[in-house]
Amino acid sequence: MNRNSSKKQTQKSAQAPVLSVRNLTVCVNNHQQTHILKKVSFDLKHGEVFALVGESGSGKSVTSLAMMRLLSDALHILDGEVIFENNDLFCATEQEMTAVRGNRVAMIFQEALTSLNPVQKIGTQIDETLRLHSDLNNKDRIKRIIELLEEVGLPNPETRIDWYPHQLSGGQQQRVMIAMALACEPDVLIADEPTTALDVTIQKQVLDLIRGLAQSRQLAVLLITHDMGVVRQTAQRVGVMYQGEIIEENSCEEFFRNPQKKYSRRLIASLPDHNHFQNSSDGTALEPLLSVENLKVHFPQRKGILQRIHDWTRAVDGISLSIGRGETLALVGESGCGKTTTGRAILNLDRLTSGRITFAGETINTLSHRAMQPLRRRIQVIFQDPYSSMNPRMTVLRIIEEGMISLKLGLTPEQREERVIALLKRVHLEPEHRHRYPHEFSGGQRQRISIARALAVNPELIVCDEPTSALDVSTRAEVLKLLQELQQDLGVSYLFITHDLSIIPQLAHRVAVMKDGKIVETGATKKVLKEPHHSYTQELLNAVPHARI
Amino acid sequence: MDIDIFSVKPVILWTDIMIWLLVISASAFLLMLRQNPEARAQWRQVFSSRLGMVTFVIILSYIALALVDSLHFRKALPPVEGQNSSTVYYSNTVHSVLDLALGEMGELKERSYSAPLSLKSFTKENMIDASGEPYRDYPDLQHAGSHLNDPADYNTDLLLQSATGMGKGLIVGLILCTLLKMSTRRSTFPWGAAMATILVIAMVLGWLIHMGNLYHVLGTDRAGNDALYASIKGIRTGVLIGTLATLIMMPIAITLGIFAGYFRGWVDDVVQYLYTTLSSIPGILLIAAAILQFQVFIDLNPGYFEVGLEKADARFLGLCFILGITSWAGLCRLLRAETLKISQLPYVQAAHAFGVSHIRVISRHILPNVMHIILITFVLDFSGLILAEAVLSYIGVGVDSTMPSWGNMINLARSELSQDPVVWWNLIGAFFFMFTLVLSANLFSDLVNDAFNPKNRQERAV
Repeated sequence: MNRNSSKKQTQKSAQAPVLSVRNLTVCVNNHQQTHILKKVSFDLKHGEVFALVGESGSGKSVTSLAMMRLLSDALHILDGEVIFENNDLFCATEQEMTAVRGNRVAMIFQEALTSLNPVQKIGTQIDETLRLHSDLNNKDRIKRIIELLEEVGLPNPETRIDWYPHQLSGGQQQRVMIAMALACEPDVLIADEPTTALDVTIQKQVLDLIRGLAQSRQLAVLLITHDMGVVRQTAQRVGVMYQGEIIEENSCEEFFRNPQKKYSRRLIASLPDHNHFQNSSDGTALEPLLSVENLKVHFPQRKGILQRIHDWTRAVDGISLSIGRGETLALVGESGCGKTTTGRAILNLDRLTSGRITFAGETINTLSHRAMQPLRRRIQVIFQDPYSSMNPRMTVLRIIEEGMISLKLGLTPEQREERVIALLKRVHLEPEHRHRYPHEFSGGQRQRISIARALAVNPELIVCDEPTSALDVSTRAEVLKLLQELQQDLGVSYLFITHDLSIIPQLAHRVAVMKDGKIVETGATKKVLKEPHHSYTQELLNAVPHARI
Repeated sequence: MDIDIFSVKPVILWTDIMIWLLVISASAFLLMLRQNPEARAQWRQVFSSRLGMVTFVIILSYIALALVDSLHFRKALPPVEGQNSSTVYYSNTVHSVLDLALGEMGELKERSYSAPLSLKSFTKENMIDASGEPYRDYPDLQHAGSHLNDPADYNTDLLLQSATGMGKGLIVGLILCTLLKMSTRRSTFPWGAAMATILVIAMVLGWLIHMGNLYHVLGTDRAGNDALYASIKGIRTGVLIGTLATLIMMPIAITLGIFAGYFRGWVDDVVQYLYTTLSSIPGILLIAAAILQFQVFIDLNPGYFEVGLEKADARFLGLCFILGITSWAGLCRLLRAETLKISQLPYVQAAHAFGVSHIRVISRHILPNVMHIILITFVLDFSGLILAEAVLSYIGVGVDSTMPSWGNMINLARSELSQDPVVWWNLIGAFFFMFTLVLSANLFSDLVNDAFNPKNRQERAV
């Protein structure tokens, strides 16, 4: 802890930047004209969180990798300098760089699980850096590791030191990663989307931790994120990155109060409006299209040589819900709470343990594969990952018409093609796109194709399984708008499965909050979000990062 | 070898039928692939490198030789006195169309070993000179250089005939290149490399065939058979074993692998049980047992086979079968794992939500997405099986000893290498032909792997 006092002494120079990047320019090898980064400059200061915001592909991660000279071979640093303690890192030898990386400048990444070695205890992994960079003896090192784990807020560090990464939750893994990064008492911490893979409640804890550490340790933090809410909550200064350039840099408050550039305004505006709610009836007046009663889906846990079932994983444990025609029900919850399993059960893709699913007056969970066929065209689905939800070897035309063929809509090939063209226009894509393959499209465009595919068979209910969580903020807003438009025009109902509370107000008529396989609270959106009754709903709402003041 | 086209009786071997069927289905498959732009782009990548073109032309010429060697017939024997003139008897030796192209190369038999391009035998024999005195010396060969009037012309003749042979080859090569040039005027592939390879192959073949009819270019073996002829005839065996065994293995591996990964449950259990059992039995043991049993069957049922070659062919087919049956486990395991992964992907789930039938999901969503694994395994296994044939023949459970194959040549060369002076040419002949084929197949499969493996494609994209 005497480290802290020494930090205090250097505080008078705190306003001088610890690390500054000047005119960093990166290009693709063999294409000197294609600049990935164009003259990027910024400073990192002690005790300050500097957030680099932008959509995917804007060059945020390339910036952090270029600073540490960790770029892949395909990219090449053309110009610029990174000044750390009066030395230009681009002039340092590889050996000098190794002393800087990890030791003075630490990095944490998005996927904590893949960054940790799965076959080593977490204590051993932290110990490794300590042994390399310090001359403490065994006993002191263990003491230091426990101190570090305590500092990042891991409960019972004395016992957890001997745990393996898979025994920890996602948030705890990220904490271990931060502890590892802090082990060598770095001056700079680079956090590349540290919370994107985490649930909202855990995201809040991790961000609070980073912010707190920046204060207590006088760390200079570079936070890379695409989420304006995260920025608002954590950063002191903001740089907006757009097509490889920092187009605007300002203090956080000033930036949100008065964004200068049009693009920055668009980024902030694309955040959902929390005060505008869907007009909804109380949900009971509508004739229910789908109703689920006491749905249970349990998966067997098998053990031993004979694979005997010794326990059940209760993925969904007795939930009831109903959706009316033209209505949107949002099913909200953290990962692992059984939202997706519910969706799959409604699509009759998973076997129910007990319960009843009624669609338009017909019980569907007892239907055979064949008897389900006529109902398949009435219930459709949109998936989360736009990159794996389409067969990469089929053209868009084949993808969209597959449902029409297999559900025997009785159309000739010409009629089908006409319909595909109409659908593509409907989701704001060009008719010519039908001859292309999925990999030629961006994430947002692919999600539109998925929507067109679902619409192709005129469904009455679409199960949307996190359709926007893999998209950038601005594309997310466009896709949500499209979904709403379609609801108004075609009267489809949506079961909207999501973990993101921020998009619910403008989209859903009613909300059901799910936790550990059970629905804890349900009701009209406005009522649930404004006056939550259950403590879990309140916790979820508090964790949502708000960009607006 | 002069024959009358009407006086031959075609001999249709099982392997001939299979290889020709294979060629037809492979061409149909390629035509089908042309319609898929992604596959076309991948093949384009393979052929846009010079190495890809060169190795492909080499493999193609091997396959062409094997195909020409797969058209068999028996010649009519000249009628003997007292024979009923309406019945025709056919020779017991079976020829192929390739034999016609090779001329008399296969019929020039010496008494024993002779070195490449030599005029004398390799071993001394007792002879009697003009005055009746016995002496011991290297005798002249019966056929090699028999066209020479004076042995002193040997060196000049060698040069002259080489030039003639290469000239003939060059003319054929140039004709082929002109045809190629005319049919591919507007395309960006490295046709230059292909043409150069064609010219080189044509010249080498022209030289080998021309010289092979005058001398023993690669010498003769213990029984006086031409080693070059045996090596060239070995091409068919090598190519066929590579393709047929893979072809027999593929359907088993693909069906079982995909079914296990897709349906899971008890289907998966059964398939896994099968392949773990199979892979825990030593492959050689299984092959040896199967081949020996099959040989017993052939020996007990001579009535099924008209000529000796048909017996050898039946054993060869048996070998292909057993090689195929013992080698499917690897590909099956790969396909099962990949199918397990793919069948959980959203696009397969979406297909289920559309009520697409299982067969359609497998054929439209799963099979096309594991095609790269199948293709890569096919090309990689091809060269492995050629080598396996050599090993099996070496330990005596490979193809029939009367069948020309590189494995048999290597097996015979075992004793030749241990004598002094060493008889090296039989081994070199087999080695050279096998090495060229296996090397080009391996280089080609590397390129295919680069183009089709999604991991490589990702790395290239970064």
